Amino acid sequence: MLVVEIEKKLGDFALSVLFASESGATVLFGPSGAGKTSIINMIAGLLKPDRGRVMLDGEVLFDDAARIDVPVWRRRIGTVFQEGRLFPHLSVKANLTYGHWMGGHAADPAAFDHAVALLDIGPLLDRRPGKLSGGERQRVAFGRALLMKPRLLLLDEPLASLDAGRKQEILPYLERLRDDAKVPMIYVSHDPAEVKRIATRVVRLEGGKVTATGGVELL
Amino acid sequence: MFDLSPQDWIAVALSLRIALVATAVSLPFGIAMAYVLARKDFWGKSLLDALVHLPLVLPPVVTGYLLLITLGRRAPVGAWLADHLGIVFSFRWTGAALACGVMAFPLVVRPIRLSLEAIDRRLEDAAATLGANSFWTFATVTLPLALPGVIAGAMLGFAKALGEFGATITFVSNIPGETQTISAAIYTLTQVPDGDRTALQLVLVSIVISMTALVASEWFARRAGARLHGA
Repeated sequence: MLVVEIEKKLGDFALSVLFASESGATVLFGPSGAGKTSIINMIAGLLKPDRGRVMLDGEVLFDDAARIDVPVWRRRIGTVFQEGRLFPHLSVKANLTYGHWMGGHAADPAAFDHAVALLDIGPLLDRRPGKLSGGERQRVAFGRALLMKPRLLLLDEPLASLDAGRKQEILPYLERLRDDAKVPMIYVSHDPAEVKRIATRVVRLEGGKVTATGGVELL
Repeated sequence: MFDLSPQDWIAVALSLRIALVATAVSLPFGIAMAYVLARKDFWGKSLLDALVHLPLVLPPVVTGYLLLITLGRRAPVGAWLADHLGIVFSFRWTGAALACGVMAFPLVVRPIRLSLEAIDRRLEDAAATLGANSFWTFATVTLPLALPGVIAGAMLGFAKALGEFGATITFVSNIPGETQTISAAIYTLTQVPDGDRTALQLVLVSIVISMTALVASEWFARRAGARLHGA
């Protein structure tokens, strides 16, 4: 279970949110400028909250009162960014196994093959990210995050850079990822159609505040 | 027609050795300095920046003289190094390498710094989320992405070290077989009658070395660039 209770001032914008999420996909839904990406970055550890705490499965990742701030690389939270952020100098295969090498956990060829099959990226393994289409790039980014064996997956508008056709192509993979991988997901989006397909729970955000939490009926 | 004496060839070999050692030793320091200047903010940063560039703007003889009065055999630092660590720079080829390394340093730092500044920091964030601590992020993402700059820095440093004259001759003099590089040998030959022929041959040798280094670095840089852009 993830518990987020954080405050952060970003210029004139004040972010103050409290929410919890369990298994399945929790969608942070709201217009751009609602603070969704900042929340993702604070859960990942890339941005430091001013106050509050972040807990994952009982472990405190951040707590300003207790002066706890677990560094990003120790949090084991898989993150998929809007632009994919694949390493341009590494092959697709090396991108996929990067988290495995850095995390120091034992090689798991079965998990690798499974993720490659799940995301249909077998033919891409020897290519470089520069030669991939937008949709392929995001699929590899999903695989890279999944193969680090994360405790939680953060997906920050992973389809935002794709056109409508590509989105329809990728959505089934995201559903598979949600149902198959059994890793809880926090999914950021401002697209109701996308949210309806992915969400098991919705946290609605506006102007840096949580305005409602509930099921897909919130849309 | 090509009749360089063994002593001339020694000057050539010595030049190569000095330039290679100066480049190899200044490269790690250059990368570290470039990283600090590109990424860190601290009090006195512009002073450090100016200090790094000093050998570029000072007359080489001044740099050589400064080395002589700090690291010479009887100078405070030089004497300490010799007595306690057995390291002697003055009138040795190692001193020539040191002088060349110091003179080349700003040229090594600059391209590396520029390529570090051009790196998309968000890729480093991505590496951190995948479990890479700052050392591994640097080793597996930052440094490979900055490789074209590192190659350019090494190449410029090598070229500068190969051509260095003023600081070297001031610091370690012009001793055949120990500190006499191609440049110093050519200079000496221009001072004696009938030296022109040999001097010209040494000039040819130094052109060949420089061209080879230039072509090699172009090739490496192109390969590194192609790797980054998905070939």
